[in-house]
Amino acid sequence: MSRLLRQSFLMLLAMTVITGVLYPLAVTGLAQVLFPRQANGSLVVRDGRPVGSALIGQSFTDPKYFWGRPSATAPMADNGAASGGSNLGPSNPALTAVAKQRIDALRRADPGNDAPVPVDLVTASGSGLDPQISPAAARYQAARVARVRGLPADRVQALVDAYTQGRQLGVLGEPRVNVLELNLALDALQKR
Amino acid sequence: MTANDCLQIGLFLVVLLLLVKPVGSYMAKVFADAPNRVTRAGAPIERVLYRLCGVHAGEDMGWKRYALAVLAFNLLGLLAVYLLQRVQQWLPLNPQHFGAVAPGSAMNTAISFATNTNWQGYAGESTMSYLTQMLGLAVQNFLSAATGIAVLVAVVRGFARKGAQAIGNFWVDLTRATLYVLLPLSLAMALLLVSQGVVQNFRPYVDVPVVQASSYVETSKDAARREVSKDVPVTTQVLPMGPAASQIAIKHLGTNGGGFFNANSAHPYENPTPLSNFVEMLAILLLPAGLCYTFGAMVGDTRQGWAILATMLLIFAPLAVGAVAAEQAGNPALHGLAVDAQAGALQPGGNMEGKETRFGIASSGLFVAVTTAASCGAVNAMHDSLTPLGGLVPMWLMQLGEVVFGGVGSGLYGMLAFAVVAVFIAGLMVGRTPEYLGKKIEAHEMKMASLAVLLPCALVVVGTAIAASVPAGAAGVANPGAHGFSEILYALSSASNNNGSAFGGLSANTPFWNVLLGICMFLARFPLIVAMLAMAGSLAAKRHVPASAGTLPTHTPLFVALLACVVIVVGALTFLPALALGPIAEYLMSAH
Repeated sequence: MSRLLRQSFLMLLAMTVITGVLYPLAVTGLAQVLFPRQANGSLVVRDGRPVGSALIGQSFTDPKYFWGRPSATAPMADNGAASGGSNLGPSNPALTAVAKQRIDALRRADPGNDAPVPVDLVTASGSGLDPQISPAAARYQAARVARVRGLPADRVQALVDAYTQGRQLGVLGEPRVNVLELNLALDALQKR
Repeated sequence: MTANDCLQIGLFLVVLLLLVKPVGSYMAKVFADAPNRVTRAGAPIERVLYRLCGVHAGEDMGWKRYALAVLAFNLLGLLAVYLLQRVQQWLPLNPQHFGAVAPGSAMNTAISFATNTNWQGYAGESTMSYLTQMLGLAVQNFLSAATGIAVLVAVVRGFARKGAQAIGNFWVDLTRATLYVLLPLSLAMALLLVSQGVVQNFRPYVDVPVVQASSYVETSKDAARREVSKDVPVTTQVLPMGPAASQIAIKHLGTNGGGFFNANSAHPYENPTPLSNFVEMLAILLLPAGLCYTFGAMVGDTRQGWAILATMLLIFAPLAVGAVAAEQAGNPALHGLAVDAQAGALQPGGNMEGKETRFGIASSGLFVAVTTAASCGAVNAMHDSLTPLGGLVPMWLMQLGEVVFGGVGSGLYGMLAFAVVAVFIAGLMVGRTPEYLGKKIEAHEMKMASLAVLLPCALVVVGTAIAASVPAGAAGVANPGAHGFSEILYALSSASNNNGSAFGGLSANTPFWNVLLGICMFLARFPLIVAMLAMAGSLAAKRHVPASAGTLPTHTPLFVALLACVVIVVGALTFLPALALGPIAEYLMSAH
């Protein structure tokens, strides 16, 4: 029995060194050489300073910006230190109530737009950090953003199209628009 | 269901099936008794390792010795993870200065990772230091998976060997599973994930200024216990970092499922693109599917392996389609509002609560089925927010005993227990001693197989009954009505089948839940391993019975159908009443 315990202990130690030290160090080394931008968080850099990550959504509530997916993180939306979803069940009245609030907020920001709201703008994302919205959700907001910014509507829609990614390899996932990059592009457009 | 939904499911199944034979035959070489190209190449490393650890590679273990080695090794691992969490505040690689994990949570987590369950009562990015993640959790990801493969290989040897007293050497099986199978695959997959955007570094969390500053209201009690609210400005965003890719690769390949971040594979740093999502799903089923072929090759008849795989697919495919269809149909509660949930070229529509835009419905729904068919438990959408029928699918896939693919190794040895039960039932029909793979199935084998089939069922049912009837259990529930009961049922189904996914609304980081689920995870893992090894020991000692006209062939569609029926009937008879109180009741009430 003591031989078995010694073997167990030594095997655990050896395997810990291999899979817990050598392996992650090897992956880190290779990743930092081959894909340094991705390995360090896909940061978006403007004027030499990071202003966010292309993969992590930020909260936008100003009508001049495109709004992203609702986020259920606490204490504030899009909290990078506490990812997670709402975990509201489909039949929970709280889910319907918060969906109503989101519809009202969108309509208050864009009076006169009575089109039904794309579902991804009224439902919280799984991570609370979803960086993207559907092209339908971008199209729904394009007229509002154009009006508030005093830009021609087709100019804004052209920008949306430029930041729309199709399905990966033509099949996988869904078409999507990166909200942070789109909003930064809008700001850059008007700075000039 | 849209055309693209079908295309994504079809493509996934085709790619998976194309990989079964190459991966399966490679593993058959890795675990072959005779030296071959693969084991010769790694022999020098193995020799050094065995010398350092005082292991005699030539020692062929009887089942009891094998089981003792499994238990000693895994319990030591469990203890190591517990201790590491308790002292992480004094150790390096803790840039966020996290304190010690509370004893109950640390115990639950240690059991969870040592049993290949990876149920998570904690949030990774706010609890665990980089060192704990790397040296404790990721190591158990490897070793619990390697243990599953080793036990499976030993069980298969029980069928393959004739008149033998031994079923292999645990240390050799463990080492080979880790070095030749899990490590190389993980390394390749980790780099692929990084290329898609998964982080891999040792930096502290990054603070970035946000484009649009905002604020939130924080209420607290002042000295006189009056409520005071203040506006807290938000001008920066914290971006979590860490050695994530290396851990996420093995989290999927080893069907572990424990996320580096709280949101698991829904987190953009853990699963950034549809391609990374596809690879993560593939990695979950790759080894469980490939091992079916390995099993066939080891017993000398690959048709036996294909028959088992066909059974798994027969149950899996319709349930995967069902999950996607239910989510695509959307949530009727939102139908009355001004919401556009229609699928089209510009949006996936459907039930998007708890789902990520890049995955939409198809990539999320398929993931739901994959992660619960296998005992992985990684999630790329919040299962608690699935539609009632969309949530029933993962619950039932777990309740079937995690044998439809199941965990690496553990899924297949569970399915072999069901196969033994199936030939026994067929034998009863014609009044003949049942045989499987040339071995007579007698009372001892039946007892062990029944134990393996029934113990998880009992844990789910009894555990749910306890949790639903004591206040400490019901206190954790987040959603009202039938859905609240579903949260309890889901948690027990997950823990008692070593899956690890959750209806995450349940507040399970409490003494009651940590203890109850800890017990379930432990009992669902180690007693089953011992039972299966005992069966293997007795099978190995038996003589080979040549097939006769009265032998039931076990590679035919007839047997596939029989085996699928046995799995489904056991799962349905045991769990339909409980399911009727949870997801089915919620469906009936919400649909009309």
